[in-house]
Amino acid sequence: MERPLTKNIRPGEEPLSLEAYVRMGGYEAVRKALREMTPDDVVKMVTESNLRGRGGAGFPTGRKWSLAPKDDRRPRYFVVNADEMEPGAFKDRMLLEGNPHQLIEGIVVSAFATHANVAFIFLRAEYTLAARRLERAIAEAYAKGYLGRSIVESDFDLALHLHTGAGRYICGEETALLTALEGNRAIPRAKPPYPQTSGLWGKPTIINNVETVVNVPHIINRGAEWFRGLSRGSDGGTKIYGLSGHVKHPGSWELPMGTTIREILEEHGGGMREGYSFRALLPGGASTEFLLEEHLDVAMDFQSVEEVGSRLGTGTIIVLDGQTCPVGMLHNLEHFFARESCGWCTPCRDGLPWTERILAAFEEGEGEPGDLEILAMHTQFLGPGKTFCALAPGAMEPLKSGLRYFRKDFERHITEKRCPWR
Amino acid sequence: MLSFDENKTISKLADRYEKKRGACVEALKMVQRWRGWISDEDLNDVARCLDMSADELDGVATFYNLIFRHPVGWHTILICDSVSCWIMGCSALRDHLEKELHLKLGETTADGRFTLLPTACLGACDHAPVIMIDGDLHGDLSPGKLSEALASYR
Ligand code: SF4
Ligand code: FES
Repeated sequence: MERPLTKNIRPGEEPLSLEAYVRMGGYEAVRKALREMTPDDVVKMVTESNLRGRGGAGFPTGRKWSLAPKDDRRPRYFVVNADEMEPGAFKDRMLLEGNPHQLIEGIVVSAFATHANVAFIFLRAEYTLAARRLERAIAEAYAKGYLGRSIVESDFDLALHLHTGAGRYICGEETALLTALEGNRAIPRAKPPYPQTSGLWGKPTIINNVETVVNVPHIINRGAEWFRGLSRGSDGGTKIYGLSGHVKHPGSWELPMGTTIREILEEHGGGMREGYSFRALLPGGASTEFLLEEHLDVAMDFQSVEEVGSRLGTGTIIVLDGQTCPVGMLHNLEHFFARESCGWCTPCRDGLPWTERILAAFEEGEGEPGDLEILAMHTQFLGPGKTFCALAPGAMEPLKSGLRYFRKDFERHITEKRCPWR
Repeated sequence: MLSFDENKTISKLADRYEKKRGACVEALKMVQRWRGWISDEDLNDVARCLDMSADELDGVATFYNLIFRHPVGWHTILICDSVSCWIMGCSALRDHLEKELHLKLGETTADGRFTLLPTACLGACDHAPVIMIDGDLHGDLSPGKLSEALASYR
């Protein structure tokens, strides 16, 4: 089984220096793309590879790239979204810390394909080790001519800057990230216009997730067909899956796209820890719907997870065990979303604290039958299309499925007037 | 007042952005690194460097969790209270910290040594529960291991 993204990553060790990275075949894709291909060739190859964005939404990468206006002479930007703050998600950390040159190489090729001459990595503030390693790698790449003017003696120039945030989940939202980069409060923007036509400072801007970008050099080197063949399903490539909760071996692994949940949970995660039973899981981070035991054989790819009513999201699974209160878990999730709401639109700003308070009441044994209806109402009123951005609808995904799957647990809180898990 | 070096670094940072203000968060963090927090005076100085009004900059500064407009202790402890850490027992960790340091979430110890703040997922959920002290991550914690980690910052 091939693991292109992580084969040169040794957990707990220093990442490859530029020399070592080049020895392993690094920056070959930059040479190939910039010297032998046109930007359109690169876009075509990435489109054919079926690479879909790994940030959560799964938009086809090649398509996103081709949405930038063709005959626009204005400067363009390429931005890497490295603001990984979704609770339960930690897949990009490994890529950022473990092999920063791989990311830089992906950025050079992606910026070339999308005609951008300035690129930013928007990194969350708390990834301090990643920041140090990226800074060093960027300096090395400049010194050796993989960044800056006439990269590998082609006529392509690229300036790459590392921008670090200061801790707000909403910065990971594509348009809020742009607002933040411009030095404003990180508030999302209405779409359209999409960033591809009007992004950073109103200029065409392509934004991709870290994991998406690091796939690009491998596609260039080995071809679209090879990339599609890595996967067990119709989406191309491998996927970095993560697992957390009371399992024997929490962690993250690069596996073929479409690996089943059961394989991740049992073979890689070692199953549940002694004394804990399996109850449910969130397949792709805090803003996805719960899945149950009966879903364990579902393949972790975009379509299969959607077919059973959830989303692949970031591909990082959070396991709820039978010894933890599901209502408490929902309360924790909504507490997070309420705190991280940017406050721009009323349904989200007011609705999320309301949901949080109701869930808190359940935990205190003060829940009432009518509260369940109020919660259900919120999942409607804060659902897709009702708010400015996807934060609120995302917050409602675990709640919606929780009300369906854990109804009995809610009812026990009401009749017993306490949390039965405490 | 900003030092000569601080001024220089801020204008260098500002060059990366089409409009100077793009550098404001990084500039505030840089100023905060040595002073611990952003006073009104610092805020005014940074705003001037970046062609922003102080109010505009305050609007940005107060938006973020990690820019402090009030004094904080020598060491800031960020305790992750997001879902994976919650499942793995971060509440017990918080109770333990509050007791050991004699403070509540959001407060600073009387000797000005530690400030305890809640934080969203630190991206290390496979090592939950997790805390971060001054940018250093400590994972797989139990109350006992936590006391050990803390000792090296005293
Ligand atoms: S949905 Fe929430 S986070 Fe998104 S714009 Fe509205 S208030 Fe802000
Ligand atoms: S939930 Fe605590 S580090 Fe992710």
